[in-house]
Amino acid sequence: MSGGLDARLVVRRAAFDLDVELAAAPGEVVALLGPNGAGKSTALRALAGLVPMAGGHVRVDGADLRALPPERRGIGMVFQDYLLFPHLSALDNVAFGLRCRGARKREARREAAGWLDRVGLAGHASARPRALSGGQAQRVALARALATRPGLLLLDEPLAALDAHTRLEIRAALRRHLEGFGGAAVLVTHDPLDAMVLADRLVVIEDGRLVQQGTPAEVARRPRTGYVARLVGLNLYRGRADGGTTVTVRAVQGEGSGGQGTSGVATMDTVDSLTGDVFLAFSPASVALYRTRPDGSARNLWRARVGSVERQGDRVRIQLEAPPFPAVAEVTPAAVAELELAEGTTIWAAVKATETHVYPA
Amino acid sequence: MLVAPALVGLAFLVLPLVGLLVRAPWSTLGTRLGEPQVLEALRLSLVSATLATGLCLLLGVPLAWLLARVPFPGARLVRALVTVPLVLPPVVGGVALLLVLGRKGLVGGWLDAAFGITLPFTTAGVVLAETFVAMPFLVISVEGALRAADLRYEEAAATLGATRWTAFRRVTLPLVAPGVAAGAILCWARALGEFGATITFAGNFPGRTQTMPLAVYLALETDPQAAIVLSLVLLAVSVAVLAALRDRWVNAT
Repeated sequence: MSGGLDARLVVRRAAFDLDVELAAAPGEVVALLGPNGAGKSTALRALAGLVPMAGGHVRVDGADLRALPPERRGIGMVFQDYLLFPHLSALDNVAFGLRCRGARKREARREAAGWLDRVGLAGHASARPRALSGGQAQRVALARALATRPGLLLLDEPLAALDAHTRLEIRAALRRHLEGFGGAAVLVTHDPLDAMVLADRLVVIEDGRLVQQGTPAEVARRPRTGYVARLVGLNLYRGRADGGTTVTVRAVQGEGSGGQGTSGVATMDTVDSLTGDVFLAFSPASVALYRTRPDGSARNLWRARVGSVERQGDRVRIQLEAPPFPAVAEVTPAAVAELELAEGTTIWAAVKATETHVYPA
Repeated sequence: MLVAPALVGLAFLVLPLVGLLVRAPWSTLGTRLGEPQVLEALRLSLVSATLATGLCLLLGVPLAWLLARVPFPGARLVRALVTVPLVLPPVVGGVALLLVLGRKGLVGGWLDAAFGITLPFTTAGVVLAETFVAMPFLVISVEGALRAADLRYEEAAATLGATRWTAFRRVTLPLVAPGVAAGAILCWARALGEFGATITFAGNFPGRTQTMPLAVYLALETDPQAAIVLSLVLLAVSVAVLAALRDRWVNAT
C-alpha cells in the first residue's frame, strides 16, 4: 500500500506487550476496539510517536516515520480530554500547529479562523477553553488537529468525555468531518455504537493482539471472541459441525459466559450446513422462555436456572445458567411478570434453528 | 488547653509589629521618608532585589526544569544542595561567596586577572548575595509547579509540531506561570530583606551597597527614629507581598 497508513506496532512493557498490524487507506476510518488494558491507547500513542516502539514500522503515505519524534511525524491527534491549551483562546489553539510549522501569526490566525468556521465555532474564536462546553472543546480539538493537514488523524476516545445528550449530535458532526478528511484516520473507542457509526472498518485488539477485523456489519454479524460477542450483544459458542445442520457446542463464550457451566456437551439444531470448527451465534432476543415444557418442534430446548435479572431500556436481560449452555435472554417486562421470573427460578429456554447463525471458526 | 498558648503565640507575632506602628514618628514621617539617605537606600534595595529576582528567574527556572523533568543520577543530592541556602545562616553564605568570588577567591581571582572585574563591596556584589540567598525559593516553587503540570499538554504540543523548546516556552511555561510568579515574589521579598550575606560580601557603603536592612541596622545606633521609619517601609512592602500572594495561598487550602 502506498497511500494511507501501513503500520506494525510492537511495544513492550513490563505488564504486557503489543504487536498489531494496522492499515488504513486514505479517507478510510478505522476504529480500534478492545477491552480496557488491551493496548488500544498504547497503539495510538505508538503511532503518534509518544511511546517508543520495540519494533515494526509506521508508514504514512509511503514514508516510514518510526525514527522520527512526534513533532516531525505530521500526525494529528485528538486526545481523550482534548488537552486544549488553557491559556490560549480557541483561535490560538487551532493556530498553534500552524505557528509551529513556521506560519506567521496573522496568516496562522486567518487559517485557524477558517477551521473554526468549518466546525461551526466561528463565534467562539476568542473563548478560552474553560468557557467552552465539552462538545465545543471537542470540535476545537478536532480543528486544531486538522489544521496542520496531517496525513494521518488519530482520535483517542473522542466522545468519551461527553454526556449522553450532546454525544449523539457531536458524533454525527464528527462523522461528517471525518468524511471530509482525505487522509487515513484511526479512532480508539470502547463504545461499539461509536465504532459502528464512525468507522469503515473495525479492528479488535485483546491483550495486545489483533483478534478480529472487518466492516462493522461483518463484525456485528460474526463475532469471533467473547468480548466482541458481548460488544455486539450476541450469545456466542464454539462448536463442531458434522456437515449436517447439527452443531456440537463444546465451549462457551460471549454473552453466556460467566455462567457456571463450561463443561459438558450440548447439541444445537441450526440451518447452516458446515463442517469442522464453527462459531454459533444467536441473539438474546431470539430466546423464548417457558414455565412448562412447550410443545412443538424445530426448536432447541433446554432447562435453565435464572441468574441475574436486569432491566435495560424497555427490555429485561436474563442470565440463564444451564450447564453446559449458559446464555442471555432478552424479554419484555411483561413476560418477566407473567413467567414470575426471579433469580433461582427454573424455566425452559428455546431458540429456533432459524434464529441461529453458524460460521467457520 | 491549646487556646492559651495559641493566643500567646499570636501576640508574640503581632505585638512587635504593633509596637512599630505605635512608636512610629507619624508627624515627621513625610520629611524623614524624603531624606536623601532613605531614598538612596530604598532605591538601591528595590533595584538590587529586582535584579536579583531577574537573575534567579534566568538561572532558577532552567534549574527547576532540570530537577522536575530530567531524571539523572544524583538528582536528590542536587535538590538538597539547591535548598542549602535556605537553611544556611546568611552570614555563612556571605563568607562563602567572599571565598569564591572575592578578589583572591577561586573564581574571583580569575575574574579580576582576566577581565578586571571585582564583585565584593559593589552593587553587583549585593545582587549576587541576594541571588544566592533567594534563588532556592524560586527553584522550589517552580519545580513544584512543573511537577504538578500535566505532561500531556506537552505531548499535545508535540503532535502539533512543537519542538521540546517551543512546547516549553509556549505551553509549559504559561501553564506554570502562577508558580513562577509566586516564586518570583517570594524571591524578591527575600532579596529585599537580605542582611547577613550582603553585609559580609558587599559591605555597607551608602549609595553603593547599603540596602534598607543595612540602613535600618546602622540607623538604630545613630538615629532610632529613622530606623523605625525605614522599618515601616519594609513592613509595608512585606504586607504588599502578602496581599499579592494571598489568593494563591487561600486557594491552595
